[in-house]
Amino acid sequence: MTEIVFFINQVVISGLVLGCIYALGAIGITLIFGILRFAHFAHSELMTGGAFIAFLLASAFAAWGIVTPIPTGFVVLPIAMVLAAILALGIDKGFYAPLRKRGAKPVTLLIASIGVTLMIQGLIRLFFGAGSYSFFETETKEIFRIDTSTIGSTRPLVITEPQVLMIVVTLVSVIALHFFLTRSRLGKAMRAMADNADLAQVSGINTALVVRVTWVIAGALACMAGTMLALDVTLKPDLAFNIILPIFAAAIVGGLGQAYGAIAGGLLIGFAETLAVFNWTMLFRPLNAVLPDWLQLPAQLALVPTEYKLTVAFVILVVTLLVRPTGIFKGASS
Amino acid sequence: MIQRSLALFGGLFVLILVIGWVMGLPFTSSRLVEAAAYALIALGLNIQWGYGGLFNFGIMGFLMVGGAAVTFISYPVNPEFWGSDGPMMLGRALFAFAIGALIVLAARQAHRIGITGKWKGALTVLAWFIAYVLYRSQLDPAAAYIESAGGGWVGGLGAHPVLGWVFGGVLAAGIAYIVGKICLGLRTDYLAIATIGISEIIRALIKNMDWLTRGTLTVSPIPWPTPLPQDYQAGGMDIAGSLIAARAGYFLLALVVLGLVMWLISRAYAGPWGRMMRAIRDNHIAASSMGKNVTARQLEIFVFGSVLMGIGGAMLVSFVQIFDPSSYQPINHTFLIWVMVIVGGAGNNWGALFGAVLLWLVWVVSEPLSKAVFDFVSYWSTNAGWGAIPEIEARSAQMRVFVLGLVITIALRFAPKGLIPEVVKREDARG
Repeated sequence: MTEIVFFINQVVISGLVLGCIYALGAIGITLIFGILRFAHFAHSELMTGGAFIAFLLASAFAAWGIVTPIPTGFVVLPIAMVLAAILALGIDKGFYAPLRKRGAKPVTLLIASIGVTLMIQGLIRLFFGAGSYSFFETETKEIFRIDTSTIGSTRPLVITEPQVLMIVVTLVSVIALHFFLTRSRLGKAMRAMADNADLAQVSGINTALVVRVTWVIAGALACMAGTMLALDVTLKPDLAFNIILPIFAAAIVGGLGQAYGAIAGGLLIGFAETLAVFNWTMLFRPLNAVLPDWLQLPAQLALVPTEYKLTVAFVILVVTLLVRPTGIFKGASS
Repeated sequence: MIQRSLALFGGLFVLILVIGWVMGLPFTSSRLVEAAAYALIALGLNIQWGYGGLFNFGIMGFLMVGGAAVTFISYPVNPEFWGSDGPMMLGRALFAFAIGALIVLAARQAHRIGITGKWKGALTVLAWFIAYVLYRSQLDPAAAYIESAGGGWVGGLGAHPVLGWVFGGVLAAGIAYIVGKICLGLRTDYLAIATIGISEIIRALIKNMDWLTRGTLTVSPIPWPTPLPQDYQAGGMDIAGSLIAARAGYFLLALVVLGLVMWLISRAYAGPWGRMMRAIRDNHIAASSMGKNVTARQLEIFVFGSVLMGIGGAMLVSFVQIFDPSSYQPINHTFLIWVMVIVGGAGNNWGALFGAVLLWLVWVVSEPLSKAVFDFVSYWSTNAGWGAIPEIEARSAQMRVFVLGLVITIALRFAPKGLIPEVVKREDARG
């Protein structure tokens, strides 16, 4: 049983955590693509920026002596999300809206988003340096060790408090987004505009409002994803810049413009990464007792070496683009 | 238009003089050599994006390929490796690779024996898996052996560095052919994401294949094609003079390459080939209805541009004499080139050249400049009793990323066609 618990720790939990982060980021990218028709690279900086906003708020709370039972970074998340949404609206107003008004091609907007990425990253590094920060300098990161000796395992099941919170919050926000998109008037307007922007406009939908709502949702979710990631690992200026391509991979695998596809794609990429680097010998080691001598399992039996973990996402991305560019859930292709 | 270009180039010349005066000649001379290499790379992107409208965001990958190529060709031979079992084991890995390729190709022909549809798909995936396992089963022991007992890494061939530049171009062409073949059917932003993905794969491979490239251990010193400063010093020259003389030699060689490339691509742009490429860029549907093979032409232009990137990457690596795979970053080696071409003027070779030199100078100068500004503000705030700004060194190093982002967003907003825009010649009825 030890092996199965090890498998759950190494693959199920870390795959789920990674998948949740990818999914939260990919939803924003896919919504922006559906409404505004361009690949928004600066999403990574919305995530990092959101995490830094949350970090500043958490530090302020700590300085005021406010102690909370759950991690402070998590308590300040709603405020940080509002601020990040305002930041996203401001970026759109300052950099993308003028280009859209000129009728610039999506490609130009993509390059502009890279410019925004560089600017925000430069600013973050200017103010915070290149080092890493932790949300848990004044408080302890609680780690749950669930004893599994009743089912005959010598290892406990390990999960940290931020990871539990992350999974719960992702689930809640995905359900909320689902109801928003299918039940509310504004959500339906968003889906209509994603399907056909011109038709939506002539049927009386306020497209400017839809664009604003899109940025609010994207900014808030990006802040959530960034803060969650920073709570799970550490906060550094290139926190999300390094994973923006796996996030794009998740959005494309799910079908650009499809919110549910982004969730599926995020979980798929997350699990693919953890499964690809998992050492299968650790799971099948008991078989060595039954297997003949010439068929003993080697010490290392992973599909790819650990240093190629992120590469797995890129390979999936390229293969998806070649075999089925519209993604699993037939996304936008034009 | 000509006047404007001349004025801009004149301004650039004055800027170089100012930098030379403030920062000193040794600094400026080596920045100019790098600017020449970056100009070559920017011309490569200008061919792909300006002439052909192709969205290549994988420049970093091609630069790395060029760098690895020149390292392999020009670094001295590693006798320890060639005397060990390493070459034999690598030969076996190559053989396994060939067999794997044959298996995959055979699976792709499965429809000939009546296996079609989903079964063929499953068979293809299985064939890929078998080929991968076969290759890894031979390569892993070979890599482990070379890294531990077989001399550490493969080493070089000890040939002339210019040969390495050529090989860098050839290798980049080969990779561009494969990348183009699989990716060029995608529309613009998918192509951008796919090329970024491929360049990240290339980076991961070069960084982690220690047996071939020494990975993060880095390779140095890589020889120069022209005499090194040490050679001049051996002849009795002082240090500053030898640095300048050696870099001037390298700069001249780079200028010759750059001039040759500039002449060739300008001729190609003005000729029927260039007109055809512009037709494909502006309206590929109309071009294909006129009988032009759009896919093949786009592949051609993708390969041509990548050759220049490979050569430029090789020139950079042999100039700095060290090949360090972990120093390659998308910001420094992909986005910077894009900003160069867009600010300079996509579609205009002189524009790309201008943008490359200007942006490279801005990029390298913004660090000392912002350090000076920080020092000044810090001095002022210390006097005012607010204390000094901490970590000035680290902060000013990050300033250039912000400056780059600012430049590109301003350029897109106010000069979307670039400083020296493309000139579209309209032939009149007589022509």
